[in-house]
Amino acid sequence: MAEILRPASAEETRQAVAWALGEDKPLEIVGAGTKRAFGHPVSAGYRLDLSGLSGIVDYEPAELVLTARAGTPLGEIAAALAQSRQQLAFEPADLGPLLGAPAESATLGGVLAANLSGPRRILAGAARDHTLGLAMVTGRGEAVKAGGKVVKNVTGYDVTKLMCGSWGTLGVMTELSIKVLPAPERTRTVLVAGLDGDAAVACMGRALSSPNEVSGAAYLPAAIAARSAVSHVAEAGASITALRVEGPPISVGARNEALRALCAGLGEIEELHSHNSATFWRELRDAAPIAADAPAVWRLSVPPATGAGVFAGLAGSEGEGWLDWGGGLVWWSCPATVAASAVVRQVAQAAGGHATLVRAPDGLKADVPVFHPQPAGRAALSRRVREGFDPRGILNPRRMGGPGWGET
Amino acid sequence: MSIAMPLPDAEVLAGRDGFLAALSRIVPGEGVIADEKGLRTYECDGLVAYRALPLAVVLPETVEQVAAVMALAGEHKVKVVPRGSGTGLSGGALPLTDGIVLGLGKFNRILEIDYANRCVTVQPGVSNLAISQAVAAAGFYYAPDPSSQIACSIGGNVAENSGGVHCLKYGVTTNNLLGLEIVLMSGEVVRLGGKQFDSDGYDLLGILTGSEGLLGVVTEVTVRILPKPSSVQALLLGFADVVDAGDCVARIIAAGIIPAGLEMMDKPAVKAAEDYCNAGYPLDVDALLICELDGPAAEVSELVDRVEAIARESRATVLRRSQSEEERARFWLGRKSAFPAVGRISPDYYCIDGTIPRGQLAHVLARMRELSAQYGLGVVNVFHAGDGNLHPLILYDAAREGDLQKTEDLAGAILRLCVEVGGVLSGEHGIGIEKRDLMGVMFTEDDLKQQQRIKCAFDPAGLLNPGKVFPVLHRCAELGAMHVHHGKVPFPDLPRF
Repeated sequence: MAEILRPASAEETRQAVAWALGEDKPLEIVGAGTKRAFGHPVSAGYRLDLSGLSGIVDYEPAELVLTARAGTPLGEIAAALAQSRQQLAFEPADLGPLLGAPAESATLGGVLAANLSGPRRILAGAARDHTLGLAMVTGRGEAVKAGGKVVKNVTGYDVTKLMCGSWGTLGVMTELSIKVLPAPERTRTVLVAGLDGDAAVACMGRALSSPNEVSGAAYLPAAIAARSAVSHVAEAGASITALRVEGPPISVGARNEALRALCAGLGEIEELHSHNSATFWRELRDAAPIAADAPAVWRLSVPPATGAGVFAGLAGSEGEGWLDWGGGLVWWSCPATVAASAVVRQVAQAAGGHATLVRAPDGLKADVPVFHPQPAGRAALSRRVREGFDPRGILNPRRMGGPGWGET
Repeated sequence: MSIAMPLPDAEVLAGRDGFLAALSRIVPGEGVIADEKGLRTYECDGLVAYRALPLAVVLPETVEQVAAVMALAGEHKVKVVPRGSGTGLSGGALPLTDGIVLGLGKFNRILEIDYANRCVTVQPGVSNLAISQAVAAAGFYYAPDPSSQIACSIGGNVAENSGGVHCLKYGVTTNNLLGLEIVLMSGEVVRLGGKQFDSDGYDLLGILTGSEGLLGVVTEVTVRILPKPSSVQALLLGFADVVDAGDCVARIIAAGIIPAGLEMMDKPAVKAAEDYCNAGYPLDVDALLICELDGPAAEVSELVDRVEAIARESRATVLRRSQSEEERARFWLGRKSAFPAVGRISPDYYCIDGTIPRGQLAHVLARMRELSAQYGLGVVNVFHAGDGNLHPLILYDAAREGDLQKTEDLAGAILRLCVEVGGVLSGEHGIGIEKRDLMGVMFTEDDLKQQQRIKCAFDPAGLLNPGKVFPVLHRCAELGAMHVHHGKVPFPDLPRF
């Protein structure tokens, strides 16, 4: 059992890393620990638990910027933003339940370190696009900062972007400044029943090419749709293609009509209003339709127009899943075998994208890298970048595992 | 010149002829420029106060040539300064006397327009505007729109993470970029991202964007394109006091409205612009706002009503809404010609580029007026008020002894002020050489060393565009060294479980 260190300040965090460096003791970096099952298991005698670094430091709604300590629960941030009718526009996913951890306990630092964005990513950008600046402790035991607290900034390298999606392997983030945006006054979701994958991706493509500012575009085969808590979706008895619009009421009404017209004749059309729409997109955001006993869960990022072909190709792995991001994101569950994994990786790669193994038994992860293997040149570059931040490899060693991450 | 550049490498200067011969074997014919007259064209970028002649200029046409040039330069320890259209305002493409300028002007082809994936792949020398023009007929555009968009190259936009008037709603370059092909100083070609939304592994695409040509040479760019909004309308709002204008900006945002553009001009800027192009601006205002809203027609007309109501509450003295495309274009005419307009009222002007929290607008403008009086130089302000990105223009006369020095001192004082109120040194022009020596105002030595370790991962010999961005150059061996005090750091006094 790892010993847990729980710093209460950025300075204590620095001291802990400096000590670990001096003793050559690797650290596992943890916020609320909801994503500990994501990535390769970290073997470290000490766990650096950042839950003590909690609280909003600064929030001025008119600036559209919020600064909080890395261990602040996202729920606390969402509640503060809701008071000013604002939100995190990248729709951070809550993967806790998918990964066997409690719901609604993920921290700001954790969600940004994993760069996890929800359905609105197609319109609003990813988690990394909303991260403006940060303070961290590098694997060299030094406290440094990057970026700022303003939306437009080209002052030095954009280290903030690099930290998003680095899974705690470059530095321990202690404080983050993020861009926040007004929450939409109204939401509508247009549902089209009965399309096949090709027709759904074509329909989503047309919607996303129209000036209707579509903020969600997903395709659920019938078996996946049947699992929704939203009755219109679950009881359709057919596949569901969903298109979301958000904004001022008058605008949402007009765009909703435009999308209905655009989908006319394709299949039966339904409409979800505020509550049902929110439930539906939250389910997709958190990958809720994944069966509890699904052995391996994948997330593929591919060029959106290839979504239907990717989906068809994945059938060879004997799994199931759905499309989000207009076809650009595929959630897929399949047997936890090397053979099925090879199909998934090959299909993603052939489409020009990549596949991440979100959930799997450790046994499979020993044979299949969690993160998509990189070409040699980029892998070497990434390794050199890591060596600049954490030359001794004491932060989350092996978390990103596999070739190209400075570890074998 | 008050900004010192690294001392030229005497050995490189001595070996010029041999190096040029080898360079001409890679890029034959007119692709290598080495005569003084030819080199003069490349002696500066948009920061014209600083000039230098490079060893040579090379204009390759293929990625293979770029890779071979880089490898050759590496072998001969010759520095490389990448250059797009040379419109940069911070001196990022200023030549080094012992280095070559690698111009990407011949990389001017649009390689693929992929409407199904809503993206376009281009060579880096394609201009920003050309991308929007290429997809306009199909109803798409490329969102970031720097003022120099007719001339500036997309490769340069990547290097500077360029913005524009519409980035409040649509983001800057980094938010609209999907993929890159880059060539490292070693000559190695690396591809980052692609046509998918998220790139995998470390976000090297993110670190390349805004890296000012210090990490790699961009040879291919894939950007997202967006469907053009169906309706656009602008409001012209005048205020008797700049504080009211700042208040109006804050209230618009607080009301949950994100305009496509929200620009401010101060009184001298309004006057200069009006004298220059007769845009019909009111001259009896202290500050003028242009607020543009785009989206579905129903949304735009409702939001225009809401903004107008907010402007009234903020004591606007002039309220006009565009009734036609022609009128909207006229609202923008003065703003877009503000720089040439200022060029007409002053022999020279110096444009600076800080960003501040929106709430500090009125305070910073007032302080700037004091600084302007103190230094005895006029300051004209046009800026992207929506995102707090200031572009003060300092009026000076280069022919007058000491004026440039005084101007740079005033610019430094204004940028320090930006940082003091919680802002940054550059919003969209980059650090280059212009703000290089001010980096210490924002960052500690440790912060800057950590950034330079990223450069070491890409360019260990420090040959790609050195002397830019970082005030002190450290060797990578020195940056990589770590003094670990084994067993001497006490166990931190932390709660343990």
